[in-house]
Amino acid sequence: MSGADLWHLLFGKLSADALPFYSAIAATAAGVVVCGALGAALLITWLGRWRYLWREWFTSLDHKKIGIMYVVLSLVMLARAVVEACMMRMQQAVAFDSAGFLPPDHFAQLFTTHGTIMIFFMAMPFLTGLINFVMPLQIGARDVSFPMMNSVSLGLTTAGAGLMMVSLVLGKFSTGGWSGYPPYTELGFNPGVGPDYWIWAVTLSSLGSTLTGINFAVTIYKRRAPGMTLFRMPLFCWTALCASILMIFAMPPLTVATALLACDRYLGMHFFTNSLGGNMMNFANLFWLFGHPEVYILILPPFGVWSEVIANFSAKYLYGYRSLVYATMAIAVLSFTVWVHHFFTMGQSADVNAAFGIATMLIGIPTGVKIYDWMLTLFRGRVRFTVPMLYALAFLLLFPLGGLTGILLANPAVDYQVHNTLFLVAHFHNMLIPGLLFGMLAGYHYWFPKAFGFRLDEVWGRIAFALWVAGFVLAFMPLYALGLMAMPRRTDAFFEAAYLPYTLVAAFGALLILAALVSLCVQVWVSVRRRRETEVFAGDPWNGRTLEWATSSPPPDYNFAVLPQVEGRDAFWLMKQDGRAYRTPDRYEDIEVPRNSAMGPVVGMAGAAAGFALVWHIGWLAIIGVLTMGGALIARSFVRHTTRTIAADEVRRIEARWRDAVAASPGVTRDDETTPANRGHAAMEVA
Amino acid sequence: MNRRDDYRRELRAYLTGLGLAVVLSVLAFGAVGLAEGVPGAISRSTVVWTIGLTAAVQVVVHFRYFLHIDLTRSKRDDLQLILFSALIVLLMVAGTLWILGDLRDRMMAVL
Repeated sequence: MSGADLWHLLFGKLSADALPFYSAIAATAAGVVVCGALGAALLITWLGRWRYLWREWFTSLDHKKIGIMYVVLSLVMLARAVVEACMMRMQQAVAFDSAGFLPPDHFAQLFTTHGTIMIFFMAMPFLTGLINFVMPLQIGARDVSFPMMNSVSLGLTTAGAGLMMVSLVLGKFSTGGWSGYPPYTELGFNPGVGPDYWIWAVTLSSLGSTLTGINFAVTIYKRRAPGMTLFRMPLFCWTALCASILMIFAMPPLTVATALLACDRYLGMHFFTNSLGGNMMNFANLFWLFGHPEVYILILPPFGVWSEVIANFSAKYLYGYRSLVYATMAIAVLSFTVWVHHFFTMGQSADVNAAFGIATMLIGIPTGVKIYDWMLTLFRGRVRFTVPMLYALAFLLLFPLGGLTGILLANPAVDYQVHNTLFLVAHFHNMLIPGLLFGMLAGYHYWFPKAFGFRLDEVWGRIAFALWVAGFVLAFMPLYALGLMAMPRRTDAFFEAAYLPYTLVAAFGALLILAALVSLCVQVWVSVRRRRETEVFAGDPWNGRTLEWATSSPPPDYNFAVLPQVEGRDAFWLMKQDGRAYRTPDRYEDIEVPRNSAMGPVVGMAGAAAGFALVWHIGWLAIIGVLTMGGALIARSFVRHTTRTIAADEVRRIEARWRDAVAASPGVTRDDETTPANRGHAAMEVA
Repeated sequence: MNRRDDYRRELRAYLTGLGLAVVLSVLAFGAVGLAEGVPGAISRSTVVWTIGLTAAVQVVVHFRYFLHIDLTRSKRDDLQLILFSALIVLLMVAGTLWILGDLRDRMMAVL
């Protein structure tokens, strides 16, 4: 066996060429990743926190901790994808009549990773994290139905995100866009490892999301507290339920599409090739069969956040609760009837396009119902302009604009004109930034005190909010104009002078967004330093209405010492009204909570190893990775002690400490919510 | 006594289900066998429809007798989820056939 053969056996296609020394920018990016990872590892080692992280976080099956880890993952990935967005905007600002600073190939990698990360590794983990943390508390449950599967989902998602980061250091990522259309991503046109990175990162994350969807749906069906009928659930739980059901049905087409593309690339099959009977149009079909419901997986949970935030900071019952629930269901079903609008121009007949165009416009109706319901919830409410509420108001103003351009695009005749222009880019960013991202940030501000026991700094929250809104408007409104002026999307250079003013404004907007991200980091820093002033252990800083506020902040491992008896909608609000809140139960019982398990990290690491090995054709590592995943599952089935018991005395001690804190905290009025007077115990006020 | 009644009722339900499942399978196989064995006895489309219909009824029989899904209130959640799944799968499959069939007619009919 020659040396080359041995090398290939051990390291597959890996070689020194994989290192990013071909360009200064790529090398810098790789340097940042390597230094960041090493720095984090060294810091943890220096602080001696590996054992703590492993025991308290990585192997924890507590839904609250898993939720927080999801959100942390998404914020890290958000940082990378925002930096990439800024680079693209800078390029388009300087690339008039010149090549700019990014070669076309690198620019293509950037828009591919930006899209892939923002959808699969920012938005999905963020909303999964929020649902994970909040939903079981809101329905009065002690955990999700399948805590171990929850941890495995997180492991798989993290594995995908890890592959994305590794692709910065070794090899080049795909240049095929976040949708990865063949035949361009087939072996014939793209023999490199880029599309393989995309395939395996997306596959890992889609498997994790399918499991998550099953987990959440079962939890909502089976784990509700006594008295919590479906129509008493907070609206966030409804949107979580609908989004989970969408995940169950929408993720498999994606897994199938990427798996078939992998068959083409690895096994010489011809599902989507130009020749030998391949049909690349079926990839577009399968991809958007996932892709469109995915849009609603992304937007429904934020709709839930808006419902909670607007009702809470208006101190009112949500207006039109039932109409909001039915609108959510209608959106969930309709989302499976519109996928063709992503490829109106693919060549199907006008009949097909017309049917799907009409279905697309129909979705505007339930969404419009929701907007009016939220506005009417604000009407004559006791509105407080806290940071989540500010985001909600920005959403109510900006999101319908994106909706209107969506109605325009739903008309196939219009779509033919602006297809593949920046108009489309402006449209979907207009939906996803004010809709999804602002919603997630509002939820982050709203529930942060619940998760960590202290409030986030208001001033820096407002600064970040102002920068996000201004940055968004400046970065994306010009793109509508550019799109109507026919500037194609994904362009790395242009020669039309009329575009330049707009691209300059958009670049400035992107810088504001970067500043907004930095402000969020500063906010965390400032808030942590001042955590004693804003401590809210008593657990109810916003005069909350739903059950998550009926626990201490952070909640104990078991969430509720005694499962709450739910008497109506806005359960905790009713308890406070009837004087049933904070009542000491007659007796405590032992509580079983899931015992820690290494399954999640093991499956995640094995999945990442298998994905990496498949990308580089390292056979032995791929086999080990896949076998480890399967073996871990089998080994787990022999584990007999999967729960640990918290003794009744321990529960009594924990509960007594909390009740003492509640009793010791003066009631705070809504006017003083954002002042240090807020210790997490809301005073009863008239309405 | 009561327990025994339950047992008998359950046994009868399972046996009914088994009987129906067997009959439906025999019908489908029989249609194919007849078309193969006696040329011209029944048309191809009749065979296809027979298989399709018996399969659809077969699904209902399995849900009703083996998975205990019926119209009672306690089974409503399960029934709703099954019907919803059926709707979504129908949308996906029918939509895909429509779109790709249309594209085939317009673009690939010459192949």
